[in-house]
Amino acid sequence: MFQKLTTLKESPSQTAGPYVHIGATPNWVEITGVWDEDLGLVLVGPDTKGERIIVKGRVFDGSGNVIKDALIEIWQADADGLYNSPEEKRGKADPNFVGWGRQPTDGTTGEYRFETIKPGRVPYKDGRLMAPHITVWVVARGINIGLHTRLYFGDEEAANAECPVLARIEHKFRLPTLIAARSEENGMPTYTFDIRLQGENETVFFDI
Amino acid sequence: MSDQGSYYQRDRSWHPAALTPQYKTSVLRSPQYPLLSLDNTISEMTGPRFGHGTIGPLDNDLIRNFAKTGDAIGQRIIVYGRVLDENARPVPGALVELWQANAGGRYRHKKETYLAAIDPNFGGCGRAITDAEGRYWFRTIKPGAYPWPNGVNDWRPAHIHFSLFGHAFAQRLITQMYFEGDPMIWQCPIVSTISDKAAIDQLTAVLDRNATLPMDALAYKFDIVLRGRRSTMFENRMEGN
Ligand SMILES: [Fe+2]
Repeated sequence: MFQKLTTLKESPSQTAGPYVHIGATPNWVEITGVWDEDLGLVLVGPDTKGERIIVKGRVFDGSGNVIKDALIEIWQADADGLYNSPEEKRGKADPNFVGWGRQPTDGTTGEYRFETIKPGRVPYKDGRLMAPHITVWVVARGINIGLHTRLYFGDEEAANAECPVLARIEHKFRLPTLIAARSEENGMPTYTFDIRLQGENETVFFDI
Repeated sequence: MSDQGSYYQRDRSWHPAALTPQYKTSVLRSPQYPLLSLDNTISEMTGPRFGHGTIGPLDNDLIRNFAKTGDAIGQRIIVYGRVLDENARPVPGALVELWQANAGGRYRHKKETYLAAIDPNFGGCGRAITDAEGRYWFRTIKPGAYPWPNGVNDWRPAHIHFSLFGHAFAQRLITQMYFEGDPMIWQCPIVSTISDKAAIDQLTAVLDRNATLPMDALAYKFDIVLRGRRSTMFENRMEGN
């Protein structure tokens, strides 16, 4: 008999289902008084360093319908490209920026919205700089395992052109699915990042 | 030996596929292109950490944390276990969030239409942060099975939804816990999105009579495994080649 490995298997994923909000954003579905504030609603405070931006968008299914029961999480570096995480070994991130946010897509419009800051650049494994980006994670009813993607910034053309992760996308026509266009909304730079789960212009999702 | 390397590749055959036609909602919500494989970068190997200060004293007690006029109705249970990684090491400081239906199988949610009664004393959400040994525990009531619109007569087995944050965003996971011995497990189109019976068994909590609170609550043990990391010993050797 051969020896057995002592490693375990990762617990398999199951869909977040239609009622993910009860656990993730209970106050948003009127389950109040259990805890005061849902986690992940606020990323920036008055002392957060960096350019204030809005990130917003919608999630579409394969028929082009807007998904109104999704939950979006984002994870990003601070303005200097450092993550507020014990696993960050390169330096100390801005203590006034957690870098993680969570928002449901609106039950009527399907829009999600974060007020955050534009992240700095972070190195790839080989030391080359990646373009500024925000990690985006999508769960919803009908999604059996959470989908990872990345938001890149439409006004970072030079950085995007040399990003080693974007360079790995073989089918270049799919690259624009990761690029959020910049506009202005009440004087705030606003990046629109729509996520298409399937069909024409399906978003590039990562197996990380 | 410290674990500082990349997280082990996800075994996508152990997880459900994106497209599982028996679960109809997945048909239009499943990407059709292959996922783009990306060896972890710092962006995925870091993640938010939630301090014990995040958590209130009743956050892990669903019998009491929404109570208005008395305790929530239903079979009182303890759900406890450990959060481990694939190297079988505890994951301390992990945020565990859960949500569930009440004893009648009814969720407290504006989109919920099932005719089972709402329990005025049950909200259905809880959270905990694992201790130094990766342990967590909740007190709650056993959720009821409920029907859902998929087939004309599909029912979910009793289950509790779990959301997990480990130490890295690459470990982010949402899953569900089932109860040992429930015949409904084997009739569920969502459970059957998982193809390996051993993987379904991994999501099935076991009754633990030794952990029962006498005259109070039965106990179910549910361990959760998050992705593990390579040792830097091996990674450094690789880079030196
Ligand atoms: Fe459920």
